[in-house]
Amino acid sequence: MPPEVVLAILLLPFFSFVIISFILRPFFNHRPQLSGYVTIASIGASLLLSIWALIEVSGAEGHVLPMPDYEWLAIGDTVIRIGVTVDALAAVMLIVVTSVSLLVQLYSQGYMRGDGGYARYFAFMSLFTGSMLGLVLADNLLFLYLFWEGVGLCSYLLIGFWFHKPEAARAATKAFLITRIGDFGFLVAILLLYAKTGTFDIGELQHLALAGVLGGSVLTWAAIGIFSGAVGKSAQFPLHTWLPDAMEGPTPVSALIHAATMVAAGVYLVARLFPVFASSAMAITTVAIIGGFTAIFAATMGLVMNDIKRVLAYSTISQLGYMMLGLGAVGMAVANGALPVEAGLALGVAVGIFHLFNHAFFKSLLFLGAGSVNHATGTFDIREMGGLRKAMPWTYFTFLIASLSIAGIWPLAGFWSKEGILAQAWESTPILFYLAMITVFMTAFYMFRVVFLTFGGEYRGQAQGSHGLHESPLVMLVPMVLLAILAVVSGWLPISEFLGGESHSFFGALSGPLAWASLVLAGLGILLAYAIYSKKWLSAESLRRAFAPLYTLFSRKYWLDELYERFFVIRLLVNGLFAALHWFDDHIIDGVVNGIAEGTVAAGRVIRRAETGQLQAYGLAIFIGILVIVACLFIFS
Amino acid sequence: MAVGLEHFLILSAILFAIGLYGALAKRNAVVILMSIEIMLNAVNIAMVAFSRYGHFITGQVFAIFIMVVAAAEAAVGLALIIAIYRSRETVDAEKFDLMKW
Repeated sequence: MPPEVVLAILLLPFFSFVIISFILRPFFNHRPQLSGYVTIASIGASLLLSIWALIEVSGAEGHVLPMPDYEWLAIGDTVIRIGVTVDALAAVMLIVVTSVSLLVQLYSQGYMRGDGGYARYFAFMSLFTGSMLGLVLADNLLFLYLFWEGVGLCSYLLIGFWFHKPEAARAATKAFLITRIGDFGFLVAILLLYAKTGTFDIGELQHLALAGVLGGSVLTWAAIGIFSGAVGKSAQFPLHTWLPDAMEGPTPVSALIHAATMVAAGVYLVARLFPVFASSAMAITTVAIIGGFTAIFAATMGLVMNDIKRVLAYSTISQLGYMMLGLGAVGMAVANGALPVEAGLALGVAVGIFHLFNHAFFKSLLFLGAGSVNHATGTFDIREMGGLRKAMPWTYFTFLIASLSIAGIWPLAGFWSKEGILAQAWESTPILFYLAMITVFMTAFYMFRVVFLTFGGEYRGQAQGSHGLHESPLVMLVPMVLLAILAVVSGWLPISEFLGGESHSFFGALSGPLAWASLVLAGLGILLAYAIYSKKWLSAESLRRAFAPLYTLFSRKYWLDELYERFFVIRLLVNGLFAALHWFDDHIIDGVVNGIAEGTVAAGRVIRRAETGQLQAYGLAIFIGILVIVACLFIFS
Repeated sequence: MAVGLEHFLILSAILFAIGLYGALAKRNAVVILMSIEIMLNAVNIAMVAFSRYGHFITGQVFAIFIMVVAAAEAAVGLALIIAIYRSRETVDAEKFDLMKW
């Protein structure tokens, strides 16, 4: 496969961005649908080329295609080279990004129809897809970081797409600032690694870490710094608060960026640098603990949210935690020597990325379903929905499939990857396994709470009256149905083996006790949701009263937003640091400038007394001056 | 006693000093103007004396130029004094303090 083709995968969406921003929007603004077509054509072409790349990689030796690299920057003797990596991991990510992006763009044709910023929307979506592809392909930390910030920028632009809404503008700023905290750690880690090894190249860093050349506290701190970037981007505890607010953006944006691709970039980063992480027991344990804790922590908040997109957002955080947990659990086993290094590393990446792969499809489908529901009802509040099953059969059907998939019901996609993570957690660290099992139960419960409240029972909203409810147009339904098919079958694809992990047989997976345990827990979760929200055997209201403290804790999101805002932002930053800097600015910086000015004025006030306006006094002064000059001439010459 | 160059120069210096004193110390603007004329004429004496004893004609030519300039300057100076007298009703140089801070 020629390297130019791989570059084309990356450059096509950027090209589309340039065409839309500089040609279509200025000159063809009266036909905005053109920008949608350009985006779809370019991303469709990227998808086809990505499939080609996948086929080539699966045939290549060691699942890596040799790619040339290019000189990017030469600063003195320091030469920074950039290039692309096309290996199994990159090929799988390429497929995820381009396929979900393509389907979401198709869906957006319907969802965004008539929006004033239609062309701008597709321009940003193209830019995002290009940056994400660059992030996946980069073979070099500096290059990766460039695209890492690129997707962050697109996320900011698209969350704040409806910038005239104050909540959207605030959410965009919040997302940008919070991810920046993590990115700072990431950047420091990159510089630390460069200072110690003199290279940004990911492959070399992996070799150095595995060979033990790079080790000790440097490796640990670098890995933790990189992980802090992943924590910010993948919305892991404690930097998760931006993702639920990011739901202010258009729903297809949430489906693409905040469910399937960008938030998964953190998981991808850990997987890409897995040898570095697995070489430090402390770093990989941090990954596992943060992942496991986030999985259960976010799920608890998902239980009580009333906004369908927020439930999905917490679910995303929780599932990303799962992926981190999977990576962390295997990595800990490698670091402890319980698994052989070579096979263990491949297994860890396979476990984490397989779930990422499946999650991308079913979670983006859930978001598209939420968008479709919003299209009909005009709200995201599940208390004002209900009974949509009859009016929107296709949306209901696809949403149900995705919910079953995320709950981990055999034989849908979610089951396979979740089993992989659970099995590895059980082998490695049982405490992580128990956390994950509780999360399985909660995931099933909150998803089916949404399903029953949205689609079951009677319509409770007043927005348009029940006769006004309608199924979404075909352009939105077709991508949803395609994603629903993927949400079923993506787990059957041999992605795990392809990445070097374990294979699984279709019925053989049901033979082990672990599979049955998780299926029973998921079933119990669904049953409980059915009992409460469909049959009303248990009153949701009385349960809420019975567990009032917990309910308050969850629905107020553990008061973390308040803690961050009141304590960190207002107390520490605004009243502390900013006030100190303000004082310094006022008194020291301004003081110096104003002091010089005031000194000059005061000196002038004194010296101007000499200007009497008396011509004769001036004449006398000139005369004395001449005398002095002449005297000097006589004395010194 | 023969009259030599130094006598002319001493006379010139005395006249110049008298003129300078008048220009700097007198209050009446007309007197100041006259003092300036004295200083110019002191220079003229020196010029002519150098010309006479040094055998250059240049000094005498300059003396004529200075007389012309002095005449013009006296006319302009008197005109200014009359103008300022009309507006301020005085020719006292110490009262001319418009350029003061």
